[in-house]
Amino acid sequence: MDKKTAAVSMRNITKTFGTITANSDVSLDIYKGEILALLGENGSGKTTLMNMLSGIYFPDAGQIFINGQEVSISSPKEAFNYKIGMIHQHFKLVDVLTAAENIILGLKESGRLDLEAASQRIRNICDTYGFDINPSQKIYDMSVSQKQTVEIVKVLYRGADILILDEPTAVLTPQETEKLFNVLRNMRNDGKTIIIITHKMHEVEAISDRVAVLRAGRYIGEMKTSETNAQEMTNMMVGRPVSLNIDRPEPVDPAPRIIVDGLTVRSSDGILKLQDVSFTANSGEILGIAGISGSGQKELLEAISGLQAAEKGSITYISPDGVHEELLGKNPLDISRLGITLSFVPEDRLGMGLVGNMNLADNMMLRSFRSGKSFFTDRKTPWHLAEKVVKDLEVSTPGISTPVRRLSGGNVQKVLVGREISSAPTVLLTAYAVRGLDINSSYMIYSLLNEQKKNGVAVVFVGEDLDVLLELCDKILVLCGGKVSGIIDGRHADKNEVGMMMTRLGGGKDDE
Amino acid sequence: MNNRTESPLIHITKRKAMAWYKAWGIRLIAVLIALVVCGIITTLMTGDNPIAVYATMWKGAMGTQRRIWALCQGIAMMLCVSLALTPAFRMRYWNLGGEGQILIGCLATTACMILLGGKLPNPLLIALMSVCAIAAGAVWAVIPAFFKAKWNTNETLFTLMMNYVATQLVAYFIIIWEVPKGSGNIGIINQQTEAGWFPVIGGQRYMLNIIIVSILTIVMFVYLRYSKHGYEISVVGESENTARYIGINVPKVIIRTLLLSGAICGLTGLLLVGATDHTLTTSLAGGRGFTAVMVAWLAKFNPLGMVLSSFLIVFLQKGASEISTIFSLNQSFGDILTGIILFFIIGSEFFITYQLHFRHSGKKEA
Amino acid sequence: MFDFISFIPRAIVQSVPLLYGSTGETITEKAGNLNLGIPGVMYVGGISGVIGAFFYENACGNSAANMNAVLAIGIPLLSCLLGSLLMGLLYCFLTVTLRANQNVTGLAMTTFGVGFGNFFGGSLIKLTGSEVPSIALSATHSFYSKSLPFASSTGAFGKLFLSYGFLAYAAIIIAFVSAHFLRKTRTGLNLRAVGESPATADAAGISITKYKYIATCIGCMIAGLGGLYYVMDYASGVWSNDGFGDRGWLAIALVIFTIWRPNWSVFASILFGGLYILYLFIPTGMNLSIKEIYKMLPYLVTIVVLILTSMRNKRENQPPASLGQAYFREER
Repeated sequence: MDKKTAAVSMRNITKTFGTITANSDVSLDIYKGEILALLGENGSGKTTLMNMLSGIYFPDAGQIFINGQEVSISSPKEAFNYKIGMIHQHFKLVDVLTAAENIILGLKESGRLDLEAASQRIRNICDTYGFDINPSQKIYDMSVSQKQTVEIVKVLYRGADILILDEPTAVLTPQETEKLFNVLRNMRNDGKTIIIITHKMHEVEAISDRVAVLRAGRYIGEMKTSETNAQEMTNMMVGRPVSLNIDRPEPVDPAPRIIVDGLTVRSSDGILKLQDVSFTANSGEILGIAGISGSGQKELLEAISGLQAAEKGSITYISPDGVHEELLGKNPLDISRLGITLSFVPEDRLGMGLVGNMNLADNMMLRSFRSGKSFFTDRKTPWHLAEKVVKDLEVSTPGISTPVRRLSGGNVQKVLVGREISSAPTVLLTAYAVRGLDINSSYMIYSLLNEQKKNGVAVVFVGEDLDVLLELCDKILVLCGGKVSGIIDGRHADKNEVGMMMTRLGGGKDDE
Repeated sequence: MNNRTESPLIHITKRKAMAWYKAWGIRLIAVLIALVVCGIITTLMTGDNPIAVYATMWKGAMGTQRRIWALCQGIAMMLCVSLALTPAFRMRYWNLGGEGQILIGCLATTACMILLGGKLPNPLLIALMSVCAIAAGAVWAVIPAFFKAKWNTNETLFTLMMNYVATQLVAYFIIIWEVPKGSGNIGIINQQTEAGWFPVIGGQRYMLNIIIVSILTIVMFVYLRYSKHGYEISVVGESENTARYIGINVPKVIIRTLLLSGAICGLTGLLLVGATDHTLTTSLAGGRGFTAVMVAWLAKFNPLGMVLSSFLIVFLQKGASEISTIFSLNQSFGDILTGIILFFIIGSEFFITYQLHFRHSGKKEA
Repeated sequence: MFDFISFIPRAIVQSVPLLYGSTGETITEKAGNLNLGIPGVMYVGGISGVIGAFFYENACGNSAANMNAVLAIGIPLLSCLLGSLLMGLLYCFLTVTLRANQNVTGLAMTTFGVGFGNFFGGSLIKLTGSEVPSIALSATHSFYSKSLPFASSTGAFGKLFLSYGFLAYAAIIIAFVSAHFLRKTRTGLNLRAVGESPATADAAGISITKYKYIATCIGCMIAGLGGLYYVMDYASGVWSNDGFGDRGWLAIALVIFTIWRPNWSVFASILFGGLYILYLFIPTGMNLSIKEIYKMLPYLVTIVVLILTSMRNKRENQPPASLGQAYFREER
């Protein structure tokens, strides 16, 4: 053996869920003092594989070695014993507890509960790696990036040497991402082993030493980051050459469709969510909305679609034949009764856009069940619509009567988007339409949006990946803390500039 | 930590789906095991042989023609309450206030019979009783629903408390109307005139109830499965956010559904007083408001399945109560047996939803 | 003039079963288990104590003089704890291990528990061959109801503060200890996390199953003591069927009333206890029926509190977030 011992070795790991094989015969080595990027499309089994390291799942077959010793990790607690810590994509934090309480949760320390001592240790860790959190702040008062910091500190507090981060940058701005990467580099230099799960190529290039690629649950290969490039990695991930360019056709006859003027929205507990927001969404254009998550994107889309009451302002809809209608103060039913077909693909697909336990046909019916005077519902039309959506958008499903909850993320989104565009809308609002989708599904969604744009629909695209926003949208509106930080032309925007605008109004000096 | 290589002994996964006949098969097995356990317990308590125990149960429920009719009446009433609760449960609204809603229906019926008996022609009186009882039940159910719709007030406890308020209200009126004074009983209302008594159909005083409930079962099945209201109820139950998103007025659906739920509870009260018992006591609802929760849940809130589950529960109750009588045990023995059987059925749902995998072997089921 | 000196001690003795029930249920709910079987558990706790006491009294020839104080208190106490523990285990097996619906399981346990209490109560009554439908364990009662020294010699002070049996003081101590445990200890913190977000607690290495089992079983044992206190002290050692009534449901209501704080429950339960017996203290003359209306008071107050807390809707005052839901780690 001329090689050093691997910090973690996984050998022939297989894991199935019912009839779905999440991992099949995967072998992987990770060494001390390196950052490994685990790359793969959604559903390729990256998270499942790592969950078996962190004790959430137990492999059906295969072995795990830590520092050369075979181990069995059947619970998160045992994972801690091997100094493995995982930062999940969905934060595992208790909202009503403070940061310090969350960090010491479940620890078997002797003695009384001493939050002050714990807070001191937390501050020390923060100082070492350059974090900034307040140990006595409640989680529900925190921003997403603060919550992520708590997660990382939690793992470090437990003395983890092997850190697994599951898509840590999905919710961060470019600046926050850079800060996180600096911390990770510090840790690597400190001798820690870091595995980062991602599907963003430029991040792999920026942070990792080595890349391992999974596809459809199988191990495909690994290489040094310095010896590869984005195109090669993508091809390995997808299994065939793919074009990474997003189409952006020129708008045809854009005309104002939605005019938002001075919109101010307060949440039910009195917090200002949107402040004096004004913009125009044109037909035949895609308007991108950028911003740190929670900057008012949700409230903005919900206000337009009639789900959110506003304190001030107006939202005017101008129909293709020039009729003006005020949308504020109307609920979704009122809006559709005005004859306006306004489609909305919400962020929470199974919790808002669809009903997980209902089948495809019943979900198609959500929009149309009121049609007709009969006391009873029409079941035939939605069934045919579901068949059409399945065929047109290549939804992979056992059948129309399968509950949508059982479909994979990409197929769920296709069902939702398929239903929303089936009504021939004049406005299409989408929130994080490609979140969690693999490359193929994402490109299908982009082309569907472009198709709507060509049909003269005003498309609003709330996104988180700046690269996508810059390539897809005609105009980009940047939100920062509920205010419009600026509206720029998508064709001439600079990524760093947008990133700055997301954190500071106008992207200039700190004037909050 | 030493190095173990074995996997956990038992591994649990969620099933994809199970054919309905298999699911009912598992429930049936659970009931059979429960009956064996009940038989053993009864044998231990009485020293009698287990076969005699089961024979007694069977006789208690189905022994004579009169008993079969009583069984049918029991099933009809249980089914009626279960049907009442079902729309609410489908909406994930835990209406535990069936007991109070029935009692208020009983109270309204009684009030009409006592105050207006003999003053109105009988058909008019019966019509008025029906309207009052149904309205009273609906109002009783809609009070918690209103607060649920407006402020998301916890309905489980609210409806539970409403039961006791109803009980005290009934107790109050029993003292006011008691015959003779100081007896604490109302006795049979309008025994001479039979004013407000429902007509007896086919010589069987339970027949009317059975017919009404049978029709109601089918109507409820169709309502929940095929009507727009039924669809709205399901959507609200699955996700209030989705309901809002597609423009369903959630508070309206909650209130409308609970009006219906309470109205049917009121109807149960009407049938209990007007058609069969012709009297009012605080225990007239007889715990049906609670048992019906379990009946409805066992049938997975499907009205047709509830025919089966209410038969099962009522049969067991009658049988268990016969055992207590014959073997001169306390009447509460029936509750214990019912409880044991329920525990088994509740536990059996696990094997319908989940699958066990044992180490070494592939798939096995308990 | 309203007679506070006799009213308050009566309210306090009424409050003790409620306090036990609500403390037990609070601990259970903090683990995410909504145990609607508490009324049944309290019945089982009561009757188990009665069974223990019955056989010990019979063995001693029904005379207090022959009885050893430690055994006279210890045997019913232990049988009560054992009975309620078994109920807790049953609930946990069904809802935690088998992941059954908590509401349905709770209701079935209440049916079973009340039936169990009344059945064995009835059977013991039969064993004694007594004419009246109740069992009197007056000897055991005399041990349980021993008040503190000076209770009768210190006038109103003694009557208000010293005149109760040891289980009453124990209830208050247990409530305060529970409050401290939940807020100030490591295990309490872990327990709260289990009830708020089992997935988080699981990922932090806390055994969800263990916490849920232990919290629910301890909760049931505490609640069971409420049943024991009711029979042995409040009801003077007399078990009568259905005597315990609906106090179990009030105890559950009290949990919400105190927004999951057992230390508040000490005072809130006295308020409830007072409302429960207020009808005895309001002069109604010949009008007996109006008393029935006064008996509604505790329920109406609970309803009002339910409404008010839901209207105020503060983050800290919400029920544990996972209350009523079973946890399954591999949910996908």
